[in-house]
Amino acid sequence: MPSSTPESGMPSPRADLPARNGPAPPALLERPRPVWSAGVVVWRQLRRSRSAHLGLGILTTFALCGLLAPVLAPYDPYASDLERSLRPPSREHWLGTDELGRDILSRILYGARLSMGIGTIAVGIGVVLGVPIGLFSGYFGGWVDLVAQRVVDVLLAFPSTVLAILMVVILGVGLQNVMIAVGVVSVPTYARLVRAQVLSLKEQAFVEAARALGAGTGRILFRHLLPNTVAVLIVQTTLQVGSAILSAAALGFLGLGVQQPTAEWGAMLSTARQYIQLAPHTLVFPGLAILLTVLGFNLFGDGLRDALDPRLRL
Amino acid sequence: MWRYLAKRLLLAVPVLFGVSVVVFAAIRLIPGDPAQIMAGQAATQEVVEEIRRSLGLDQPLPVQYLYFLRNVLRGDLGRSLFNGAPVVEELGQRFPRTVRLALASMAVATLIGIPAGIAAATHRLSWVDTLVMVLALVGVSIPVFWLGLNLILVFSVRLGWLPAFGYETWRHLVLPSVTLGTASAAVIARMTRSSMLEVLGQDYVRTARAKGLPERAVVYRHALRNALIPVVTILGLQLGTLLSGAVLTETVFAWPGIGRLLVDAVLARDYPVIQGTVLLIAATFVALNVAVDVLYALLDPRIRYA
Repeated sequence: MPSSTPESGMPSPRADLPARNGPAPPALLERPRPVWSAGVVVWRQLRRSRSAHLGLGILTTFALCGLLAPVLAPYDPYASDLERSLRPPSREHWLGTDELGRDILSRILYGARLSMGIGTIAVGIGVVLGVPIGLFSGYFGGWVDLVAQRVVDVLLAFPSTVLAILMVVILGVGLQNVMIAVGVVSVPTYARLVRAQVLSLKEQAFVEAARALGAGTGRILFRHLLPNTVAVLIVQTTLQVGSAILSAAALGFLGLGVQQPTAEWGAMLSTARQYIQLAPHTLVFPGLAILLTVLGFNLFGDGLRDALDPRLRL
Repeated sequence: MWRYLAKRLLLAVPVLFGVSVVVFAAIRLIPGDPAQIMAGQAATQEVVEEIRRSLGLDQPLPVQYLYFLRNVLRGDLGRSLFNGAPVVEELGQRFPRTVRLALASMAVATLIGIPAGIAAATHRLSWVDTLVMVLALVGVSIPVFWLGLNLILVFSVRLGWLPAFGYETWRHLVLPSVTLGTASAAVIARMTRSSMLEVLGQDYVRTARAKGLPERAVVYRHALRNALIPVVTILGLQLGTLLSGAVLTETVFAWPGIGRLLVDAVLARDYPVIQGTVLLIAATFVALNVAVDVLYALLDPRIRYA
C-alpha cells in the first residue's frame, strides 16, 4: 500500500494537462510521459504567442537592467550636481538630469531593480498568505470557509488603493512596508482563485483515489490539489506582479511609499511633477519605464494564460 | 426578486460590520497612544485627556468599539485635527465632487470601451481587433497618475486648450475624467469583445443570420443585448475601481474630492478624517456591489435561481 502512494500523486497533472491543452499532439495522449512534458507543450504554445514573446523580451530587458544597474549605469544615481540640474537629454546624459542634477538614466536603471524587487516580493507575500487560505477554505468548507470568505469579503470591501493606503497608515512609509501593504492587497485575489479551483478539483476521481489509498489531508492538499492549481496561479501571479508594481509606484507618487532620495520610479515622478513646465523630460522617462514593465508582465501573463489554458482564450 | 434583494442586502451587513471593525482597529494598531495620535503631537495634556474621555479610550476595547459604532451610526465621525471642522461636513461637501468625476469617467469609459469591444469582436483577427487589444493592454498598464500628468503637459502646458486645475465647469472635468476613465475603458473593451465573441458563436445568432437578417441587425439587435449582460457587472465593479483611482487622479488634478482628502489626511496624520473617508469609500464600494448584483439578477433571471 504505501509503496503505491508516490505514484498516486503523479496521474493528476499528467491526466489533466493534455486534455486541457486540447489540440495536443496525439503522441502525448497515447503514451504516458514524464510530468515535465506538459511543460514542453506549454513552451511550444508560448513560443507561438507573439504577445508572450514581446512581454518576455521587455521583462528580460528590465530584469537585466536592474541586475546589471551598477555596471550599466553611466553615473552614480545619487550623485547630485546642482550646476547641471534639469538638463534635457544630451550626449552626456541620455535621458537628461533631474532637479538635483542626478542622471535620470542611472536612476531609472537602479529603479528597475527596486520596482521588480518590490513587485515580486509583494506578490510573494500575497501568495504565501492567500494560497493557504484558499486551499483550506475550499477543501474543508463549513465554518472554515465561512470565516475565511467573510474575511476576504471585508478585504474586498476596500478599493485596492485605499486598502494599501490604510496599511501604510498603520505600518508607516518605507520600502519594506510598501511591499507588505501591496502584498496584503493581493491576498483576497489568491484566496478566491485557489478556493474556486479546489472546490471543483476536490470532487474529482483522483482526489477520491488518493483518499482511498490512505493519503492524509495534508498530502491531499499539498501534493494533489495544490499542483493542479499551479497553472492558474502562475498566470495570476504574472499579471499580479504588474499591478503590484503599479500600486507601489502609485504609493511612491503620493509620498506614501518609498521615500526620496531613493531612485524609485513613483517617487521620481512625485518630484518631477513640480517641474512639469520647466523640464518635462524628468516626467516622461520614469513613467515610461513603469508603463513598459507593467506592459511586459501583462503581455507575458496573457500569453501564459493562452498557453496554459486554451479554454480561457477568446 | 424581492427575496433575492433582501438576501443580498442582508449579506452586506456582516461585510459592513467587518469594515467598521477594520477601520476601528486600524487607528488602534498604530504604535502609540491613540488619544495622543488623535490629538496630534502639538496638543496639550488637557486636549489629549478630553479626547480620551470623549472617545471612551479609558474603556475596554469592545466598549470602545460600541462607542465608535454608535457615533458612526449617528453620523458623528469626529472633527478634523487641523481645522476642527466636523468630518461629516467635509465629506458631505467633497463626496458629490468625487461622484461627479467618477460618473464622467464612467461615461468616457463606456463610450470608448463598448464600441471598441464590439468593433474588435466583429472584426476578429483583423487590424481593428489587434489595435483595440493593444490599446486596451496599454490602457491597463499605464500608471493613472502619469497619464494625467502627460495630459496636463500636452493639453494644458503646451496647447493651452484645457485647464489643469479647478473643478467648476465642464472644461475642468475633461482631463481628469479621461485620465480616470482610460483603464476602465480598456477593461470594458476587453470584456465586451470576449462576451460578444461568445454570443456571436451561439446557435440563435446563426439562426438569425440564416433567416437572412442583415449583419447589422444580428449584431446590434440580437447579439449585443445578451453580450452586454456580463459587461454590466464589469461596469458596476469599474465604478468602484474609479472611486479607488480617484485617489490618484484627484491628487494629480488638485480635484477637491474625497480621494485627495484621504491623501492629504494621511500625509498630515489627520486620523479622524482618514477614518471617516475610508469608511465612506468602503461603504460606497459595498453598496455598489449590491447594486450590481441586483441589476445583474434583473437583467438575467437565471441568476436568481442559481
